[in-house]
Amino acid sequence: MDNVFDYAPAPESRAIVDIKSSYGLFVDGEFRDSAAGHGFKTVNPATEEVLADVAEADEADVDAAVKAARRAWTRVWSRMPGAERGKYLFRIARIMQERSRELAVLESIDNGKPIRESRDVDVPTAAAHFFYYAGWADKLGYAGFGPDPQPLGVAGQVIPWNFPLLMLAWKIAPALACGNTVVLKPAETTPLTALLFAEICQQADLPPGVVNIVTGAGETGRALVSHPDVDKVAFTGSTDVGRAIAKAVAGTDKKVTLELGGKAANIVFDDAPVDQAVEGIVNGIFFNQGHVCCAGSRLLVQESVAEEVLERLKRRMGTLRIGDPLDKNTDIGAINSAEQLAKIRELSDIGEAEGAGRWSPACDLPDHGYWFPPTVFTGVSQAHRIAREEIFGPVLSVITFRTPAEAVEKANNTPYGLSAGIWTDKGSRILWTASRLRAGVVWSNTFNRFDPASPFGGYKESGYGREGGRHGLEAYLR
Amino acid sequence: MTPPEVTRIDVRKTYKLYIGGAFPRSESGRSYVVADAKGRFLANASQASRKDARDAVKAARAAFGGWSGRTAYNRGQVVYRIAEVLEGRRAQLEAEVRDATGLTPARARGKVDAAIDRLVWYAGWADKIAQVTGGANPVAGPYFNHSAPEPTGVVAVIAPDDPLLGLVSVLGPVLTTGNTVVLLASEPAPLPAVTLSEVMATADVPGGVVNVLTGSRAEVAPWLASHMDVNGLDLTGVDDPVLARTLEASAADNLKRVRRPRAEDFADAPGIDRMTGFLETKTVWHPMGI
Amino acid sequence: MTPTASSLADATSSDAALRRFLHGLPGVDQVGAEQRAAALATRSIKTTAKEFAIDLAIRMVDLTTLEGQDTPGKVRALSAKAMRPDPADPSCPAVAAVCVYPDLVAVAKETLAGSEVKVASVATAFPSGRSAMAVKLADVRSAVDAGADEVDMVIDRGAFLSGRYLEVFEEIVAVKAECGEGAHLKVIFETGELQTFDNIRRVSWLAMLAGADFIKTSTGKVVPAATMPGTLVMLEAVRDFREATGQMVGVKPAGGIRASKEAIRYLVMVNEVAGPDWLDPDWFRFGASSLLNDLLMQRTKTRTGRYSGPDYFTLD
Repeated sequence: MDNVFDYAPAPESRAIVDIKSSYGLFVDGEFRDSAAGHGFKTVNPATEEVLADVAEADEADVDAAVKAARRAWTRVWSRMPGAERGKYLFRIARIMQERSRELAVLESIDNGKPIRESRDVDVPTAAAHFFYYAGWADKLGYAGFGPDPQPLGVAGQVIPWNFPLLMLAWKIAPALACGNTVVLKPAETTPLTALLFAEICQQADLPPGVVNIVTGAGETGRALVSHPDVDKVAFTGSTDVGRAIAKAVAGTDKKVTLELGGKAANIVFDDAPVDQAVEGIVNGIFFNQGHVCCAGSRLLVQESVAEEVLERLKRRMGTLRIGDPLDKNTDIGAINSAEQLAKIRELSDIGEAEGAGRWSPACDLPDHGYWFPPTVFTGVSQAHRIAREEIFGPVLSVITFRTPAEAVEKANNTPYGLSAGIWTDKGSRILWTASRLRAGVVWSNTFNRFDPASPFGGYKESGYGREGGRHGLEAYLR
Repeated sequence: MTPPEVTRIDVRKTYKLYIGGAFPRSESGRSYVVADAKGRFLANASQASRKDARDAVKAARAAFGGWSGRTAYNRGQVVYRIAEVLEGRRAQLEAEVRDATGLTPARARGKVDAAIDRLVWYAGWADKIAQVTGGANPVAGPYFNHSAPEPTGVVAVIAPDDPLLGLVSVLGPVLTTGNTVVLLASEPAPLPAVTLSEVMATADVPGGVVNVLTGSRAEVAPWLASHMDVNGLDLTGVDDPVLARTLEASAADNLKRVRRPRAEDFADAPGIDRMTGFLETKTVWHPMGI
Repeated sequence: MTPTASSLADATSSDAALRRFLHGLPGVDQVGAEQRAAALATRSIKTTAKEFAIDLAIRMVDLTTLEGQDTPGKVRALSAKAMRPDPADPSCPAVAAVCVYPDLVAVAKETLAGSEVKVASVATAFPSGRSAMAVKLADVRSAVDAGADEVDMVIDRGAFLSGRYLEVFEEIVAVKAECGEGAHLKVIFETGELQTFDNIRRVSWLAMLAGADFIKTSTGKVVPAATMPGTLVMLEAVRDFREATGQMVGVKPAGGIRASKEAIRYLVMVNEVAGPDWLDPDWFRFGASSLLNDLLMQRTKTRTGRYSGPDYFTLD
């Protein structure tokens, strides 16, 4: 008998999602066209199929959205008791759960991420975030920021394309819980779940203007963060844009939090639980196609076990399933955009040209769409560009070390400081290492775990401020 | 002939910089005149250059691992020791404050006492701030998840003109939490800062943990704001909004944590935001299993 | 880290050497292992893959009855079912083996004569393993003499938990010798009593070094019996053992697996952890009783397109 266990296609149905041919901006509780009538297209990165036309907000549209947010803040939201605000957030969380399949399918279609991830990680964690902060809305006096902390006003929020709905939740939930109103700009390649979220706000009868969604690209974002009536800027994205925002708000009274890039070290000691470490390496860099700011993109492995760990890693990579994001068995989906694919290719080619050994498992990539195979570079030194620059793709650089001190030194030898991983069976070594790593999130014997109660954010050029947990409230209170 | 009456000649003090635990003159050889509140000559102070700023940052960076790695209890002891030594110099400080501000002796004494008390307050925070701002996070999974504050790193502090109380109010919080500091003293009233340096040098503060520059804000602060090995910038002493904006924009190059200048009365209860502004939150996850 | 052929050579030369070896194996992080198993359980096996998996699972069943109330009649009925699980459908494959107590081996053997279905017998004072060595060996001998093709022994968990690893090793060696060339040896760990995944990894290596043909999770008499993550650790062990020695060892989760869905999850895990070479009744078995009927109902569903009911399948 033939022992080939081929998993038949197991596609999640698209039928649950109703994608409109065009989308307006969500301002003051209603969808409306952009003033100038400009728009852009969003595509399915797995097929290059155009999904919808989306309105592009210019300065006038952003101004209208900020005005709506200000009005809603002054007249309604800042006056509403926390307990009532909280109930709106609970309501939104429940609707997100009820519509979770729809959100997950739409997210996978617009972003390219596997349905397994949008279904099991993005959407449930986003809903959990609203649940978490809903409960804070009437307890802010106990949060450690003074007995009667006050909201800031209007928050301008700009989010990236790697976790569109989840990043929206990280931004909107704490802002609303603290009594702010928001104008949020989703990324131009992934606007659809934010627009579906706007519908959810309508469904929850959230007062108009409390949440406004303005779609567009960099110019829209610039107009939003530099709008004079925005009290608070929250941004997640690249360090370069974060820098520009920090410059733009200099000299103003705007409060800023930035969650930027990373080049995390995932440190594997010779006494690591090796099978779980391999899983952690895979999850660290191939989760979400490596489109993760806290991805474990540098594997620091102790020289004495480097060969064995690599062998196991390669064998494991051979079982990763790449392809249709809507197939429930897909582990690695599509790269989010042609532009990002070009960047990953460029840096990978540079890695090869710099002499690092490049390896990918044999895998068939679809003919259409944007795809990049899971890739490992060996023989990488700290001097290589692939060891220093954020690739934001499924590309791992392997660097070896000899002693714990060397591991820490190499891990910290980067302008970034978002996250890090430690794999060892020795508890005291975990604590020793964790205390020396200059990174905001340290995963020991695990990687890429997220929770609404857990503060997330970076050191150094990975940005400032924390999202999640009690700490996440600070960004939205004075 | 009767001999002329002998009058004792003052020993005038040279006010130097404090870098890496030593008291160098500015490498530029420059100094500037410090006048009292009525415009009379008080002393010459070193006029720090960009290279002095560079050296100070280097010293602060070298001292960071050791200082941040000390136990919080020990840092608290060291900061308290500064207060103890200051207490023994109250008369000198009172005179310096009076000279710099023209306050009455009683008010100047009040400022000195408040400054020493403020340091004692911050000394006590060293081993409590982590308990107040950190803690266990109840994540939905089999993990022990814990957040704790850690010092930001090298922090450049542009001190305000309130010569002693303002000075310790900006230095105390960054120091006690484990940061190392490059402090640019008040430009018109730098002498208490130099005296404080001398106190720190004898009060168990390791060399390089606090470095004190005197000189021109407009000249030195931009070098600190743009320095890529400085992690935080406190602009409290920058009165000029244009300069403040320029410095903040410059600080963005490596995403320094910036505390903007704001109206504040140092006599007020300080709160903890001067500490938390230069603390990072580190969150560590660990699975719980057998 | 993970052993190589050279490090295996003297691993069992003394109690100290064996302890050093077993404690030198890489640790297992419980949470990570459980997450890996849970992630594999989310695989969606549909249509043709499901049909393949169900038939394979049927062929891997060790149809088991290990009750004090077992009688020759019960064993005959079970053996008949083993050969023709679905009397209405001749295309339905037979199971791998019938698993009984030693005194009923002869009955099973007789009923199954001429078929491919093997007879497995538990032994060594099953399920507790608490008896004198001579009694345990006599137990094995009686099963083998009665014609057992496979012997499912239990290890002395007391000895293992008190660190007398060489004693456990030597007992397995002795049982293996008693099995001779004729009978395959499955070694039952009772993972529910060993508790930690570190212990499961260690005992797996110990048993493989001692010559086990199969390593098996549980007797079915202790809760928890087979679990996905426990079996995951055993699959990793057989995979690594082959890497080190070139020899394949089989794996048998037993107890508690009742639904087709669970069986398919195990097969996904076999496929992705040990590899497709283990997707064969020679290398993977399910110790189960009620699982078979659920597999048969699912099989009927995939073939007829409608859900079946228990009335249409025999009890034994």
